[in-house]
Amino acid sequence: MNLPHQRSGLRESNPAKAHGLLAGLHLDLPLLTGVILLCGFGLVVLFSASNQDLGQIQRQLVRLGLAFGFMITLAQIRPDTLRRWSPWLFAAALLMLAAVLAVGAIGKGAQRWLDLGLFRFQPSELMKIAMPMMIAGFLAEKRLPPSWQRLGTAGLMIAVPVVMIARQPDLGTSLLVASAGIFVLFLAGLSWRFIGGMLLTAIPSAWVLWRWGMHDYQRDRVITFLNPESDPLGTGYHIIQSKIAIGSGGLYGKGWLNGTQSHLEFLPERTTDFIFAVLSEEFGFAGVALLIVLYLFIILRGLYIAANAQDTYGRLLGGALTLVFFVYLFVNTGMVSGILPVVGVPLPLISYGGTSLVTIMAGFGILMSIQTHRKLLPT
Amino acid sequence: MSHLALKDHLREGRLFRGRVLAAAAFVVLLLGLVMLRLLKLQILDHQHFTTLSQDNRVKIEPIPPTRGLIYDRNGVILAQNLPSHSLEIIPERVRDMDQTIGELRQLIEISDADIKRFQRLRAQRRRFDSIPIRVRLNEQEVARFSVNRHRFPGVEIQAKLLRDYPLGDKTSHVIGYVGRINPREAARIDASNYSATSHIGKTGVEKSYEERLHGKVGFRQVEVNVLGRAISTLESQPPVPGDDLYLTIDARLQATIIDAFGEENGAAAAIDPATGEVLALVSKPGFDTNLFVEGISPGNYKALQQSPDKPLFNRAMRGQYPPGSTIKPFIGLAGLEYGATTPGKRIHCTGSYSLPNSSHRYRDWKKTGHGHVDLTDAITQSCDVYYYDLANRLGVDRLHEFLDHFRFGRRTGIDITGELGGLLPSREWKRRTRNESWYPGETLIMGIGQCYVLTTPLQLASATATLAMGGRHNRPHVLSAVRGPLQEQPEKLTPTPPEQLPVQTQKNWHNIVFAMSQVIEGLRGTAKRIRSDDYRIAGKTGTAQVFTVKQDEEYDEETIDKRMRDHALFIAFAPVEKPRIAVAVVVENGGHGGSVAAPIARRIMDQYLLGEPR
Repeated sequence: MNLPHQRSGLRESNPAKAHGLLAGLHLDLPLLTGVILLCGFGLVVLFSASNQDLGQIQRQLVRLGLAFGFMITLAQIRPDTLRRWSPWLFAAALLMLAAVLAVGAIGKGAQRWLDLGLFRFQPSELMKIAMPMMIAGFLAEKRLPPSWQRLGTAGLMIAVPVVMIARQPDLGTSLLVASAGIFVLFLAGLSWRFIGGMLLTAIPSAWVLWRWGMHDYQRDRVITFLNPESDPLGTGYHIIQSKIAIGSGGLYGKGWLNGTQSHLEFLPERTTDFIFAVLSEEFGFAGVALLIVLYLFIILRGLYIAANAQDTYGRLLGGALTLVFFVYLFVNTGMVSGILPVVGVPLPLISYGGTSLVTIMAGFGILMSIQTHRKLLPT
Repeated sequence: MSHLALKDHLREGRLFRGRVLAAAAFVVLLLGLVMLRLLKLQILDHQHFTTLSQDNRVKIEPIPPTRGLIYDRNGVILAQNLPSHSLEIIPERVRDMDQTIGELRQLIEISDADIKRFQRLRAQRRRFDSIPIRVRLNEQEVARFSVNRHRFPGVEIQAKLLRDYPLGDKTSHVIGYVGRINPREAARIDASNYSATSHIGKTGVEKSYEERLHGKVGFRQVEVNVLGRAISTLESQPPVPGDDLYLTIDARLQATIIDAFGEENGAAAAIDPATGEVLALVSKPGFDTNLFVEGISPGNYKALQQSPDKPLFNRAMRGQYPPGSTIKPFIGLAGLEYGATTPGKRIHCTGSYSLPNSSHRYRDWKKTGHGHVDLTDAITQSCDVYYYDLANRLGVDRLHEFLDHFRFGRRTGIDITGELGGLLPSREWKRRTRNESWYPGETLIMGIGQCYVLTTPLQLASATATLAMGGRHNRPHVLSAVRGPLQEQPEKLTPTPPEQLPVQTQKNWHNIVFAMSQVIEGLRGTAKRIRSDDYRIAGKTGTAQVFTVKQDEEYDEETIDKRMRDHALFIAFAPVEKPRIAVAVVVENGGHGGSVAAPIARRIMDQYLLGEPR
């Protein structure tokens, strides 16, 4: 590609000189700014949600540091290299998922971790990245939109790991992994008619899922989602309390550290899945609007990077990773505000906890790599 | 690139951009949906949710269990819980804080330091939290405030139980104290069971038996308003108080020991040889454990920490001293058991001893020598030369093996945490730690209890008890009985079964015990001044070098700094016929064991056996 005689007719489109150090590190300034602002906001909220526990803030800072390290590392790897790795990464993640299921079957219980001696590893997290990489790599081999045959193959590639994760059982993660694969299909030009047809068949299949495919606790969640007041001291408690927290926040909120719902310990899981309720209570609608604007900025920047990517692989992967980030946000805010069932998805970059944080930041690292490793193109 | 491929490429790009735009629209649409939902909850239904949030709500409050009490062997209370009153303010309910504090100061003494601490806490906590401004109010202060209470909305008196140690510095090291739970402890304990507990055992029995003393947390389901104030109790599960502990410690004996030490520092341990019950465990000087309960002030802590007398240091269990001549009965016994000497064998002591082919003179404490001595004389008069010779015959390996039976160099396993094990050297130990081989001269010095050998007073007392029982070893312990919250009477614990040391001939042990009785009863006994008419004592004096006298130099007590003076030691048990108490006394920088440590031991035994000081 980079033969010397071609060079005269090519231009350097990497804005390396413009941003100096940042571009030297292959970082994208707008995306980085958005992520840092969001993480900062998150720490402020976490400080209050954790009852001003500096130890928890410190631990979260360590995780953020690790996650940023992952992001910067991945940003250095050229998209071409990532593409070559895709099948191997996918196969490795699949093997580990099988191992988790096997260990879980022996141990007779919920099993999501693989104990590697030194540390514990959650293969389903790796799958969140490996899935869109694999499908994007596979579809980018041939012309788009893909043929029915290739679509079917891709569908199978999505279904196998999703079912494996759902059986762990981890509904939230399987949803995210499935959406990662489906978004690649969508971006690759899945026909609108097909999408419409799928939506129409969704209703009977939902019934099938309800009847045979769900654990009792998942069914309970759906019931209390439809009518949380029916079981106020049991499973409906989470939603009722978080709605009270959000609603009583009003326009400007009760003020930082002054959320009564959060601090009188009515609100469960307030540093993890339900941290959005703490934010809504203390910062009100104004604070929520600011948060959503920050998220929207990051998502639109991600989509912009995908739209301007130079090859199909980069477009599909970048777009899918951005949309998965959005799914995190939508499912979490939707669940906490009571328009979606409770499925244990954290508020991205804000909830306390390390596993999903690392995966999300790895995704941003890949986006930055797509944006900053640009090939030399003819003018 | 062909023309067709380029066209494809452009088509793909168009398709993709269309999809991205659709996705962006989808994202904006769904986020708009979330915003609409929040708009409804936070703006339209705000009033409804505010009412709900201000409505009375059910909250679960943990109730702390009452910590178990600690008694001595005679039922004297050693640790209890006393009510303590503190004055607390809820900032939100006070209109003018400065004015309120000013008016409070006219009623109750509140120092500037109190106010400083209050302001610091106020900045850390939420405005609806109750924050203490004065702790440990006395009864008059409580009464004065109660009369004027209507003038101070938002100010209240809170009562809670505080740990109290009636004997304070007399039981400081053995009982220990409780203090506020620190982050390291918080990570270790069961968070739910400690959810209402603020204090935890830090040292001594308070730490070792934390689990038994603590009890089980209770819960109360209360209706609270939006400020977190309890309106009414719906349901409750009372806490289960901790167990009361009955110790083997004798409080009067502790007091006697402290009194007997007078101005001296050191440690003493007393054990019932037949059971292993620890009757007294004293480290002097002690300190007032009550200072630590509500958090010790930096000034007080600095004073304790920096005092040259090291009051915080538990000498009885962690002080490691050379046993000096108190080791001689054990080495004499080794000589008899291994056949390296006989009771009748005599040695001529000229005041010094040299190994063959060596000019180095190992000196006896008595310059002129003891003349002809047998085993009994050598213990009675504490002849060093006899033991140089005996140690040389036994060799370091056999010395180590035999002394190890008495658990020298190992922890006794007492049920109080933090014990140190002392040191019993061996060839292997020296190679491992110093990478040097063992010198024959070191064996000689080991024979008189110097040369690396280190023991704690507790270890010495325990070994003496084992010797008194003819080789039957009972593990020393301080807990004798426990009373659970529902029990009327304390329940005796079953003691660990005794362990029998390998004894070749019972007669050897009688010979040693006889020699030890001659230390007190013999005409030339080094402790003859403590002879009692009421019961017979067997003992051994010892002097442990702090300062090494160089070859051909004189040790002159008068000219040496007090802190460089020798430690005085004494081990004893009584009555000889049927031992009921074994003691070890170490007086730091006390000088001679016979004159300083032995009288203290005598007072301990008098108090325990006769019930009154001499």
